[in-house]
Amino acid sequence: MDIHEYQAKERFRAAGIPVPPGEIATTADEAEAIASKYGGMVVVKAQVHSGGRGKAGGVKLAKTAAEAREHAFNILGMEINGLTVQKVLVTPAEDIATEAYVGVLVDRKNQAATFMVSAAGGVDIEEVSHSNPDAIRKLTVDPRYGLLPHQAFWLANFLYDDPGLIKQASKVIAQLYDSFVESGASMAEINPLITTPSGEVKAIDAKMSIDDSELFRRPEVASMRDSSSEPPSETKARDAGLSYVKLDGNVGCCVNGAGLAMATMDLVKYYGGAPANFLDIGGSSNPDKVVAALEIITSDPNVKSILFNIFGGITRCDDVANGIVEATRRIDIKPPIVIRLTGTNEDLALEILKEAGFSAYTSMDAVVEKAVQLAKA
Amino acid sequence: MAIFIDSDTRLVVQGITGRDGSFHTYQMMEYGTQVVAGVTPGKGGQTFEGPDGKSAPIFNSMDEAVAQTGANTSVIYVPPAFAANAILEAADSGVSLVVAITEGVPVLDMARAHAFARDRGVRILGPNCPGLISPGKSKVGILPAQIVMEGPVGVVSRSGTLTYEAVFQLTSVGLGQTTCVGIGGDPLIGTNFIDCLEAFNQDGDTAAIVMIGEIGGTDEQEAAEYVREHVRKPVVGFIAGRTAPPGRRMGHAGAIISGSAGTAEDKIKAFEENGIPVAKRPADIVGLIQEALA
Repeated sequence: MDIHEYQAKERFRAAGIPVPPGEIATTADEAEAIASKYGGMVVVKAQVHSGGRGKAGGVKLAKTAAEAREHAFNILGMEINGLTVQKVLVTPAEDIATEAYVGVLVDRKNQAATFMVSAAGGVDIEEVSHSNPDAIRKLTVDPRYGLLPHQAFWLANFLYDDPGLIKQASKVIAQLYDSFVESGASMAEINPLITTPSGEVKAIDAKMSIDDSELFRRPEVASMRDSSSEPPSETKARDAGLSYVKLDGNVGCCVNGAGLAMATMDLVKYYGGAPANFLDIGGSSNPDKVVAALEIITSDPNVKSILFNIFGGITRCDDVANGIVEATRRIDIKPPIVIRLTGTNEDLALEILKEAGFSAYTSMDAVVEKAVQLAKA
Repeated sequence: MAIFIDSDTRLVVQGITGRDGSFHTYQMMEYGTQVVAGVTPGKGGQTFEGPDGKSAPIFNSMDEAVAQTGANTSVIYVPPAFAANAILEAADSGVSLVVAITEGVPVLDMARAHAFARDRGVRILGPNCPGLISPGKSKVGILPAQIVMEGPVGVVSRSGTLTYEAVFQLTSVGLGQTTCVGIGGDPLIGTNFIDCLEAFNQDGDTAAIVMIGEIGGTDEQEAAEYVREHVRKPVVGFIAGRTAPPGRRMGHAGAIISGSAGTAEDKIKAFEENGIPVAKRPADIVGLIQEALA
């Protein structure tokens, strides 16, 4: 789960990291009021779960409160990478002497939290790691000991020459690690970490992604979810315990298992179609989940055909069949449904479907080809 | 022969009294797995009744279970909140293999658990995996037994049902398997492709290997290099997620394209550059294996 910049800043402040103040506005009026409260120059920043906000025109400097109002008016409602901006952060502008990058993420290869720091801040760190790897210092944190003080110093020492700045940055790095762990994050980033002309180190941007598996034990973090930043169908899917990602195609896909669901989408493309979604109904044998899945798929107006691909293992094919029949009773489904079921209780399932007037395929290729053909008709 | 589990596997089931744990213990016993013990704290002294008069004693802790039954492998069907502790307990109990089925274990908990297990020389499979099956010998986890048969193909995959699809198609043309291993869909997993490739390479009965990957991370790329340098048996591949958009988690916690890393294209390219033919569709895996074995 991604959280917004202002939320990540709250987490960072709570860990003691020096972060300038800031408030959220949802209207131009509010933005103006916040700006006049701070006085002086402010920055108006779009709060969306997307990179490249600056390039998209979602981050603007304002010399006056009136200008802040104007920027907020333009930024609110703007689309950035398909996401509509509904909130802006208004924060006092800082005098910047230098910009650095400090980030920590779960590294799959090292199987542990890994820091990356660079004296070249405000840039795309992934790009730097390819183009100029020497500009980055990396450190993998041993999960048995956590980040040790000398390691935080070693990282900070790569950023600055001035002992005062190194000391402040060491502290920020240690606090960032604490915040990362306490938030159950998979990634936390300060980009840029600035120094001011008077010699202060401050975090003026913040980014954090939370490990979804941590949310059950961190209600204060879970409550930061912004459902307005995702399609309503994805919120509904999560509430129903389904894994769903909306895509742009017109073949609705309902599959058990994430790998098979991806392979099914790929096969739709192979046969010349385009998948409308990724949807994994999971391993459970619950007809209600199938009903919810069909409600979600049919709520997408692009969907022209619906395809089920079920390989019964733990999932029982008869439960899925019952769910399909139940769903067609409860909701009016316009697009044609084609079904492939094989595995556990396949025969029972085929009987249930036959009685309800459906036929089913046993091969994945045949059902996908048919669904693509129906979507084109 | 087989890898990681065989007829000598003596299994203890952690979470044996839970809904999933009891269901799958029954299935494993039915398949012929030697389930020698179960563990559920607070239910020690009870007995798990399986099919055909089979049963297993239940203990409160892993050390008791291992001391009294000589178990050498554990499988975990414990809810996410307690799964990491169950893995740590298992890694400290004397078993050499811990199979973690549970999905949704916090990643930072797993970072600690993996380090702990490494220190003790214990292999973790998973978490968030379907387990493994050595046809005719032993099954540990949740793979449906009816789709496998004994034979010369080793299968390793990050996915569950996609593996079933591939295995089912192999079996339906008479191509059996030495062992089918699901390594799991999480970002931090204990046993990776290379571990399985190494084991299959050394296994006398495995003649060819199917490697099924998906988007996210660079395990497949590293495995592809390993194949070129070390594996003396034919390997064929499949990668799921050619149509997956970047930045979105596709069901599995580990199935996400981060920035430009972990795309299906990268992985397919790495396979092909290292001499691993890649099936365009799951249905093409069988043909590639038949060619490899011809």
